[in-house]
Amino acid sequence: MIRNLATDRGRGPAALTKHRLFWPAAALIALLLGNLIVSPRFFAVEIRDGHLYGNLIDILRNGSPLILIAVGMTLVIATRGIDLSVGAVVAVSGAVACVELGSTSILLAIGAALGLCLVLGAWNGWLVAGLKIQPIVATLILMVAGRGLAQLITGGQIVTVQNGPFLAIAGGYLLTLPLSFLIAMAVYALTSLVVRRSALGLLLESVGGNPEASRLSGLRSGRLIWLCYVFSALCAGVAGLIISSNVTGADGNNAGLWIELDAILAVVIGGTQLTGGRFSLGGTVIGALLIQTLTTTVYALGIPSQETLLFKAVVVTVVCLVQSPAFRAKLVKRRRRPESPAVAAQPEKVEVAS
Amino acid sequence: MSRSRVALLVAAVVGLTVLTGCGGGTAASGSGGGGAITLGFAQVGAESGWRTANTKSIQSSAKDAGITLKFSDAQQKQANQIQAIRSYIQQKVSVIAFSPVVETGWDTVLKEAKTAGIPVILTDRAVDSKDTTLYKSFLGSDFVNEGKEAGDWVAKQYASATGPVNIAVLEGTTGSAPANDRSKGFNDVIKADSKFKVVASQDGDFTRAQGKQVMESFLKSQSKIDVLFAQNDDMGLGALDAIQAAGLTPGKDIKIVTVDATHDGMQALADGKFNYVVECNPLLGPQLMDLVKKVAAGQSVPNRILTKETAFDQDAAKAALPSRQY
Repeated sequence: MIRNLATDRGRGPAALTKHRLFWPAAALIALLLGNLIVSPRFFAVEIRDGHLYGNLIDILRNGSPLILIAVGMTLVIATRGIDLSVGAVVAVSGAVACVELGSTSILLAIGAALGLCLVLGAWNGWLVAGLKIQPIVATLILMVAGRGLAQLITGGQIVTVQNGPFLAIAGGYLLTLPLSFLIAMAVYALTSLVVRRSALGLLLESVGGNPEASRLSGLRSGRLIWLCYVFSALCAGVAGLIISSNVTGADGNNAGLWIELDAILAVVIGGTQLTGGRFSLGGTVIGALLIQTLTTTVYALGIPSQETLLFKAVVVTVVCLVQSPAFRAKLVKRRRRPESPAVAAQPEKVEVAS
Repeated sequence: MSRSRVALLVAAVVGLTVLTGCGGGTAASGSGGGGAITLGFAQVGAESGWRTANTKSIQSSAKDAGITLKFSDAQQKQANQIQAIRSYIQQKVSVIAFSPVVETGWDTVLKEAKTAGIPVILTDRAVDSKDTTLYKSFLGSDFVNEGKEAGDWVAKQYASATGPVNIAVLEGTTGSAPANDRSKGFNDVIKADSKFKVVASQDGDFTRAQGKQVMESFLKSQSKIDVLFAQNDDMGLGALDAIQAAGLTPGKDIKIVTVDATHDGMQALADGKFNYVVECNPLLGPQLMDLVKKVAAGQSVPNRILTKETAFDQDAAKAALPSRQY
């Protein structure tokens, strides 16, 4: 991705719009600029209590669980799969950590939480890769059962914690930046590194592009797919720790509720197609930040509660439309209809080229 | 190796199925006959400490009263609750009780219950329906009064203040009875004096997470907030973190009024982080069971039953905290 940017830059500004990160990034910037126009103080960032403080920092901090989950989701989607269980895994992870904190040390509690998440991920992966159950059905099982499991662990209560180090996961700062965002970025950077600097990314794309062909060419696609689900659950587990740390407690019902849908949306906005194959981790991070910016925008602009969902839907629709090459082509065509047809054909060429 | 692995997974599947059976809710069927009273209760969810205290009270008092309880958790979704009520109708329970997630949209399902001859009791939250014959009784708090008490406290605190008083409000779930009524009660009081200004008001969904995120945003978009009215303790507790992160002292720089008086909320009040808490009593289980018995026996009951409630300031909280049940 970094390499792509460099080569694209060489070809001038026209090439920039063809870059696959262009439209998600443009949407994010447009949303931020919209905020700036409506409330000039939106971008104000200051140092308070030795750390950065402002709306932008809130977006990074509150958006980090979504970034984490969406990064895991990207790899799953790249293999033509989908993981609906991440929200439930978030709840399970938080529940285990908060309950265990009552009796053991923080490291053991986190270890137990993430360990269970790995098991849950392995379960998902086995259903999909081992039993060849359709991913949407296979992960639906855990999506429903996982919340029950979380409730069982917490006994239906909101388990609150007062452990300083645990609360620092979401509330702490390192080098003036939110710790949770640094965790998310570390996971993103590590994933990018492993996926892009080794053949793993290529293998994932080929499995997603055509599972049968890649199996026939000697790829052990089953193991690869299994790994993706384990990784997705692990990401969700870490996000669960951040979310429960943020509210100083485990809430089996509401922790990570519907976050799987936000994560899928983030992946799609980021330019990865649900049909598998090519994927973009960087795009996913931008997509996740876009969604969090939208939430923060709603609060910052003081949009009335009754209109919140509609406002979000409108923004998401616009973003998706703008990203669709077919829609852009139509728009351009309509505008250029009076001119010669040769000009109108141009956008379609772009599509073929990319 | 593979056989043991399969065995392990089978065990896991069975385990998971059993777990969902327990956690999910509506499942367990069983016969409702035999003269014993069966109560189908459709709870809102477990969104706050208040709600879990409410759930516990209902579950334990049903046991004590010898009433078979079928309990379901709607996870704050009206659709889930309607589904649960329909399943209770199918199971032919003796009485259905529920706390409506939102106020409107209940007529159809309540008519179905009426047609099936199953009496309905509302607890804690009301429904907005012209046809009051759809339910036997409404047992719960007076939310308008709770909002009014919170407003009264603010009005009293700032009685001598001359400048404008900026108020931020963390609302409950949009459309729910407590959110609508607490807003109404609160606004009725403060609009009497033009110095009170509600500068920000947003949906915090009665949860800590939302309360925190919304408060963070308030603190950035508003230059000065004097008073925060959180429509339940949990949103107020979430807001505490946000206020502290902004380098302000909750209870001093921003005065906080909440409703509920859950244990964590009372603790915050005793610690001086909250300033005033209006009680909303969740322990209505015993009252509900009495009502269920009367309704099941065909006795007439009052249309509206209020729960006993009070309000606490910081000193009262310190005194009351050791003996609180929830």
